[in-house]
Amino acid sequence: MRVEIRFAGFGGQGIIKSGIITAAAACLYAQKNAVQTQSYGPESRGGACKSEVVISEEEIDFPKVDIPDVLVVMSQHAYNEYAGNMKENGTLLLDPDMIPVEMELKNVKIFKVPATKIAEDLGRKIVANIVMLGAFVALTGVLDKDALKEAILANVPKGTEELNVKAFEKGYEYGKNLLSA
Amino acid sequence: MSIKRSLLTGAHFLNGDVACAEGAIAAGCRFFAGYPITPATEIAEHLSERMPEFGGIYIQMEDEIASMAAVIGASYAGLKSMTATSGPGFSLMQENIGLAVMTETPCVVVDIMRGGPSTGQPTLPGQQDVMQAKWGSHGDYEIIALAPCSVQEMFSLTVEAFNLSETYRVPVLLLGDEIVAHMYEKVVIPPPDKLRIVNRKKPHVPSKDYQPFMPEEDFVPPMASFGEGYRFHATGLTHDEHGYPKTQSSEVQARLVRRLCDKIRRNVDKIVRVEEIMTEDADVVVVSYGIVARSALSAVRKARAAGIKAGFLRPITLWPFPEKQVAKAAARAKVIVVPEMNCGQLVREVERVAKSTPVSFLSKLGEDPHTPTEIFEAIKRGI
Repeated sequence: MRVEIRFAGFGGQGIIKSGIITAAAACLYAQKNAVQTQSYGPESRGGACKSEVVISEEEIDFPKVDIPDVLVVMSQHAYNEYAGNMKENGTLLLDPDMIPVEMELKNVKIFKVPATKIAEDLGRKIVANIVMLGAFVALTGVLDKDALKEAILANVPKGTEELNVKAFEKGYEYGKNLLSA
Repeated sequence: MSIKRSLLTGAHFLNGDVACAEGAIAAGCRFFAGYPITPATEIAEHLSERMPEFGGIYIQMEDEIASMAAVIGASYAGLKSMTATSGPGFSLMQENIGLAVMTETPCVVVDIMRGGPSTGQPTLPGQQDVMQAKWGSHGDYEIIALAPCSVQEMFSLTVEAFNLSETYRVPVLLLGDEIVAHMYEKVVIPPPDKLRIVNRKKPHVPSKDYQPFMPEEDFVPPMASFGEGYRFHATGLTHDEHGYPKTQSSEVQARLVRRLCDKIRRNVDKIVRVEEIMTEDADVVVVSYGIVARSALSAVRKARAAGIKAGFLRPITLWPFPEKQVAKAAARAKVIVVPEMNCGQLVREVERVAKSTPVSFLSKLGEDPHTPTEIFEAIKRGI
């Protein structure tokens, strides 16, 4: 089955990295096929930014996301742009502190994960994307938790492994709590 | 910091630019001169780290004109050499690409196509340099251009580009696009002894008898390196087999320029590569290359599932254009569909060889390639 995931926010939030980690987890540690593509403006920080992942047991022809099964948004702009375009009964993860204004959405499972706040509590706002990945695994079950953790360790700068794993676990825990709530 | 001198092998999750850079290293490239430009920057970035690990040279030049000149010089000194750029830089390189053609310099030029004209859309894809690749420099010549459609091919076709350039003493172009360059996919890199690597023919005559532009049966002259002890003269002017300028001789001009074309034209069957799927009985054939081919194949499968006899033909070699293969598919088909991320470039070649078979062109510009549904609809309209 083909699963389409879209991560969106602004440059500097680690949006593209989130996609790379997710796709690497699928293809190197979970024996599936995966492709990650991206779109960003010429500016390195602050511009709109999205990162897309397609995961499938079969060979992946079209590498881009058409209508996502899972949408992870971390900015108001990204929310406004993409929240209206999701598969029926798709899953939407959003950071409520980054998205003060919400619209009415039908047939979408919405989960609010204050990833930026959780990351700040851990001491580094920069790991908000990894917190979100933890929640993503807990809430969607698209990928195995250990596969994602391995991909994180392989893709984050040396010396930051502990912080990133902590961020991942916090996000995972938050996601699990949302499910049981 | 530890130095890793080993070639990358096995399964990795890479982007297309990095896969291309690793392909160059694996092919034996030991000289890169370039000027970073989106979406080809990661090739330069990666090679700036990797080249020194292999005793190779990475040099950032003042611009693309100088980059191409340095690549030619390095190749003449005996190193496999390359540069990587995108549209605006590719335009600047054209004059010296012509010099590389005229001096029969093996080298690889990677052009990661983005939206043009001019500086256009730096971070978005395009297929707008296809005709420039063929006709960008002045004068008559033939050149080789390959179009990868996956990260795996960004690796393997880079190796192939070096092999072809060494075989035919011609610049070989790798025409990628922003999507294949920036997307991440699994790449499986074979061990070095499983990789076919071609090196240029060396002279097998004593120095006094060596004529640097005297071709052998395959139209390609063996190539000594500067400083190896062979007398060697090279010029952009029309030259005889010794390499000396012959600017007034009609005969030398005809002999040289025809051979520069013939060494590609008469070896076309050895050079051209296509991928064909389900074309044997196809009523509709989709001819598509690069990233768009991925959508095209998906659309063809969709059409087959809907009972339409659709086929897929992907030119891997854009230049020389796979005339025979396209003509053969066209002769059987009722219609040909050509989706491209430009306003109509390779479609002109398809129309030229399709003769009376109608050709339906599907243009797309901007961020995304054609979706499989868009191409599927065009297949249905064609029937």
